[in-house]
Amino acid sequence: MKRHLISAADLSRDDALLILDTADELAKISERSIKKLPTLRGRTVVNLFFEDSTRTRISFEAAAKRLSADVINFSAKGSSVSKGESLKDTALTLEAMGADAVVIRHGASGAPHRLAGWVRGSVVNAGDGTHEHPTQALLDAFTMRRRLGPLDGRRVTIVGDVLHSRVARSNVLLLSTLGAEVTLVAPPTLLPVTVDSWPCEVSYDLDTVLPKSDVVMMLRVQRERMNAAFFPTEREYSRRYGLDRDRVAKMHDDAIVMHPGPMNRGMEIAAEVADSPRSTIVEQVANGVTTRMAVLYLLLGGADLGGEIQ
Amino acid sequence: MTSIVIKGARILGGEPADILIRDGVVAEIGQGLSGDETVDARGLIALPGLVDLHTHLREPGREDAETVATGTRAAALGGYTAVHAMANTEPVADTAGVVEQVWRLGQEAGHCDVRPVGAVTVGLAGERLAELGAMADSAARVRVFSDDGKCVSDAVLMRRALEYVKAFDGVVAQHAQEPRLTAGAQMNEGAVSGRLGLTGWPAVAEEAIIARDCLLAAHVGSRLHVCHLSTAGSVEIVRWAKSKGWNVTAEVTPHHLLLTDDLVEDSPVGSYNPIYKVNPPLRTRADVEALREALADGTIDCVATDHAPHPVEDKETEWAAAAMGMIGLETALSVVQEAMVETGLLDWAGVAERMSCAPARIGRLEGHGRPIEVGAPANITLYDAAVRAEVDPAGYASKSRNTPYEGRTLPGRVVATFLRGRPTVLDGKLA
Ligand SMILES: [Zn+2]
Repeated sequence: MKRHLISAADLSRDDALLILDTADELAKISERSIKKLPTLRGRTVVNLFFEDSTRTRISFEAAAKRLSADVINFSAKGSSVSKGESLKDTALTLEAMGADAVVIRHGASGAPHRLAGWVRGSVVNAGDGTHEHPTQALLDAFTMRRRLGPLDGRRVTIVGDVLHSRVARSNVLLLSTLGAEVTLVAPPTLLPVTVDSWPCEVSYDLDTVLPKSDVVMMLRVQRERMNAAFFPTEREYSRRYGLDRDRVAKMHDDAIVMHPGPMNRGMEIAAEVADSPRSTIVEQVANGVTTRMAVLYLLLGGADLGGEIQ
Repeated sequence: MTSIVIKGARILGGEPADILIRDGVVAEIGQGLSGDETVDARGLIALPGLVDLHTHLREPGREDAETVATGTRAAALGGYTAVHAMANTEPVADTAGVVEQVWRLGQEAGHCDVRPVGAVTVGLAGERLAELGAMADSAARVRVFSDDGKCVSDAVLMRRALEYVKAFDGVVAQHAQEPRLTAGAQMNEGAVSGRLGLTGWPAVAEEAIIARDCLLAAHVGSRLHVCHLSTAGSVEIVRWAKSKGWNVTAEVTPHHLLLTDDLVEDSPVGSYNPIYKVNPPLRTRADVEALREALADGTIDCVATDHAPHPVEDKETEWAAAAMGMIGLETALSVVQEAMVETGLLDWAGVAERMSCAPARIGRLEGHGRPIEVGAPANITLYDAAVRAEVDPAGYASKSRNTPYEGRTLPGRVVATFLRGRPTVLDGKLA
């Protein structure tokens, strides 16, 4: 594996499978009464969040603590893009603190790349602008694999605002690496103009894709997109691209529904669909901790796991 | 005044000859000439002193990035004898007072002639016309007007500006960027921006404005100059306008002739390095090819540096927060050699036309851009095209270091620059 995890494209098929297999092993620990491993004792993981995301921060924090790492939460909200120098200054501070890994969330695409040039420790991208969110893709793949088995040849449909979605970008890359067939479904305004160069299919019509899908992943739609004329009204969006009971009825029996959260219930996903047995939304949260444990464990070169999991 | 003889220079790359300079003027060209002082130019190419139609000198207001003195030193080292200083200073060069200040600073520095560009609209705000006539009548004798950095996007205002400058043979130099199509734009819209998650800057945002402005210029019978063309489509529109006989000229920067948008994703300095963040953005290989062809066939009239100095703290940051622009005065001729001469697209006479004669003509800048011939002002650049060297900005005269070529090997070296017979650069150093 590379020293950093900045893009899902950094992961070879073997790397990705190693992370998922390691997460499987670590998941067993979560079932024990004492959930902690001594593996990363003495190591320091910094959560560097320039953008609010309590869910993601807590997930990384829990992952690091279960591996006995010291965790420093560094919230730099509000200082991101307005005052440019702060990222480099912050990087120098982290160097002085001897951070072994920096988990960074930033509103600017590419901020983790820049940070990686300025620090010695491993950089883990916890979401950068509209670029990527690779650990989200890993936890999604982990969740799919637990429900459906190996992903080779599985059909995954990702629906919604692909243009602004770091989750979609990372998922397309990782899932194609893992052999799944991805179809993006969105209005043309919410797809990158050169999406045809991505390793996936594209459709504007959700209803024709649903019967062939093993996984339907709904993306969050931000309401401000409506004002920027990406689509006419919420109602029209919901009718054409929302996942309601009628649409779920077109899916085959084993197909699952995913959502990276937080959801707009009633907009891109109906409440009854979100709460149905097909939905993996709650599992995704739990799987996030395990998957991020695997990432930190592998990046920071923890001792052999075999001896630790009895 | 003493006389200088330049021995054995190849004028426009031709046969070696001596050039005798007396009283700031080329007095004689021939063999075996002698003067009070001698400059050995054997093996060097003599070009008319370069003229830049598009330079950001930053003074007044951003003297931390560049001053008229440092910027014109950089210009002289790059072989330039005249530069047009863009108007987006602080305060904006939108009055006779500011343009005269910049012009006087240039005179005092003495490294090359500085011709200020006047703003088209007050404060570059795009709302009402600046006093274009007062700037034209001032000591700076402004002939080029531009809101560069911002597009005059209001069609009525653009029409009026084009009409108004006819009274003093001015030209409106447009920074073609449809603002609504580029809101939040970070780099060329294409496969790379899609992968990097950076908001795209579509080619059509440039092309739509150029098409509109060509039509407006034709309608009112005025001169339009299009700044820094960056797309193949822009080339096609300018080609079409010229085929109609309209008075449209265009420029291209050295970096748009050499660099492509994939450097944002993958380069020796990593990905998302803002050293490549520039306005207009770096485009694709196909665009670069089209721009080179258009410069060769005359569709694009000239090369302009768009020298845009920024202090290190404005670039050593995340992509979205970084300033747009790169310096270019000291590398322009080398980049043009690599992109245009070594590819066989231009000879040295072609380089002289596009880096000296055409920009002087478009800017109505007298005394520059003349062939090296008896009676012409001795504005001359001596260039060694045979050497290659790694770019090291540590020795640059510019106050800023934001060059994308650091560490890259480029051909050629400016050995000497003469401004009206007076050396401003000798042996590659400021004289
Ligand atoms: Zn410009």
